[in-house]
Amino acid sequence: MNTETAYKSKGRFGAHGGRYVPETIVNALDELEKAYQEAIGDPAFLEELQYLLREYSGRPTPLYYAERLTEKLGGARIYLKREDLNHTGAHKINNALAQGLLAKRMGKTEIIAETGAGQHGVASATVAARLGLSCKVYMGEEDMRRQQLNVFRMQLLGAEVVPVKSGTGTLKDATSEAIRAWVSSVDRTFYVIGSVVGPYPYPQMVRDFQRVIGDETREQIMRMEERLPDYVVACVGGGSNAMGMFYPFLDDVDVKLIGVEAAGQGVDTDKHAATIAKGSRGVLHGMMTYLLQDENGQIIEPYSVSAGLDYPGVGPEHAYLHDSGRAAYHAVTDDEALEALRLLCTTEGIIPALESAHAIAEVVKLAPTVSADTILVVCLSGRGDKDVTQIYEREGGAQ
Amino acid sequence: MNLETGSGAARIAAAFNTEKPAFIPFMTAGYPAPEHTVDLALALQEEGAAILELGVPYSDPLADGPTIQNASAQALAHGVTMERALELARDMRTAGVHIPIILFTYINPVLRFGPERLYKAMEAAEVDGILIPDLPFEEAGEINALAKKYGRPLISLVAPTSAQRVKMIAEQAQGFVYCVSSLGVTGVRSELREDITDFLEAVRRYARVPVAVGFGISGPDQVAALAPHCDGVIVGSALLNTIRQAEVLLSQAETKQEGLTVVKKFVKLLQSGV
Ligand SMILES: Cc1ncc(COP(=O)(O)O)c(C=O)c1O
Repeated sequence: MNTETAYKSKGRFGAHGGRYVPETIVNALDELEKAYQEAIGDPAFLEELQYLLREYSGRPTPLYYAERLTEKLGGARIYLKREDLNHTGAHKINNALAQGLLAKRMGKTEIIAETGAGQHGVASATVAARLGLSCKVYMGEEDMRRQQLNVFRMQLLGAEVVPVKSGTGTLKDATSEAIRAWVSSVDRTFYVIGSVVGPYPYPQMVRDFQRVIGDETREQIMRMEERLPDYVVACVGGGSNAMGMFYPFLDDVDVKLIGVEAAGQGVDTDKHAATIAKGSRGVLHGMMTYLLQDENGQIIEPYSVSAGLDYPGVGPEHAYLHDSGRAAYHAVTDDEALEALRLLCTTEGIIPALESAHAIAEVVKLAPTVSADTILVVCLSGRGDKDVTQIYEREGGAQ
Repeated sequence: MNLETGSGAARIAAAFNTEKPAFIPFMTAGYPAPEHTVDLALALQEEGAAILELGVPYSDPLADGPTIQNASAQALAHGVTMERALELARDMRTAGVHIPIILFTYINPVLRFGPERLYKAMEAAEVDGILIPDLPFEEAGEINALAKKYGRPLISLVAPTSAQRVKMIAEQAQGFVYCVSSLGVTGVRSELREDITDFLEAVRRYARVPVAVGFGISGPDQVAALAPHCDGVIVGSALLNTIRQAEVLLSQAETKQEGLTVVKKFVKLLQSGV
């Protein structure tokens, strides 16, 4: 099939993207697109968003020179973009605040969200509380088990966490269920999608709401090093922290962009979430993109130790950046990520989220292979507090 | 298009040539198990089904509620894929099912199978059309071109939220227009929207093909209320619930007929108000 010529609708990244959804929500997507375009051209909206990002979430987040990690690895000068220092502990709040404000602007009273690791759910619940909206978060049962602490946090914040039993009870199923819920209540609810995925305009919109990561990084590195970085590295589940980080650098062809997927127990096993490495083109959750699927087009359940990377698809813009060669996508295993997590803990006194530990693991491989004047920026998308119990269980308790 | 061989579009048009609104049951291929599919189709035809919607199971049926999701999961566990569903359709033809058969599936399995290959296979299995709930108008170009080439319509859905889109979609619809009776996914609902008749009449104004209504319809009173405002009524989840209740009976040779009778009785009841 020649998708390029067969599909000419808007909202595409090359062959990827689009809007494959039930007719019931097409109108809502049109309204969202319109409201979003208006909002980002409205100084009052931008001012309120900037105010909340600054005073409520704590932006700008630091760009921290990881001196001890740099020394330990030998090679590139490593900078950490500290999204873990955001309110609620991850980059997810950037997008949740923006979509929450948009929901209010559109006169919606209820938001729904899906969550894997719980970070996007916590961010959505937080924003709902702050803006006076009601909030339902769809979460797979397996993820609820893995991220009990985050479930409780959402409940404390006044959100209802709806358990999803279908499939393997992870992010894929939570996303499907959230879309179904949206289809059923589209007249009053706003669906806050947590990554650069879903039907148009979500991938574009979430990327625009996350580009603050890359915009700040650019300014900060120019100030600190007086030049752009050689490498920018970020983990990729759906891909929002990576897209936010990459986007302001897309035209700087000398800046190498590396997305890091979860290889789980290895890309040559059937337990991984390495969508770009092992997937093929298809449609899931309203978008055309690379997917983990079998020869009949049934979606294969992904696996990763990290709930936030445990997704069988990837944002369509990443699929496109891969096709065009502008970004490279690598995969690191659970074990490599855990080892990197320990390394960051002991060299820098920072416990990263398991998701972010994947990006660090890539840095561990890459940094020693390049010269000492190489500048490498890695997005530390979130902090590891949420993962501490899980790591404790996995490693059989204290040692 | 050839009426004699009953090519899709013509066969679908003929199915609406009745005084009563056409009864259009939905069943999942391979549910409760593949060996029941042909028997159930024959039973539905015997009870006056005008068109059969045959669900091709998919792992992530976004437009479906729990009943059809569960039926799909069970059929998938029996290994029913697109290929197998088409075989089951062909078996139906051999066994004497002559009403139009329309596949209900999702775009990903279609893309994976290959759209043109699928149309060839539909032709071979005498499947008359296809319905893809996650393929809205704007994305349907390629499949629509194939639908015209092979004379086997891609059925369009319109929703109560479609607003200005109703005209655009209905005017270009082939086969029939599928009106989604309520917001939400498939599944039984106790009440219909108050504005449903206005919606149906609006679609009828623009459509050049028959107008059928579905999603949530479960009882004879609902069928009776809708009948004056449409050309066809689609019933899915309520029928699958009945099939599930009959599953034990269906699965044993001695009680199979009894199981089919349970299903037939339900279908008779549904149509009793019209
Ligand atoms: C800390 C952290 N990083 C990364 C991700 C993955 O999301 P994305 O790929 O959209 O950045 C998550 C998702 O839950 C997360 O919590």
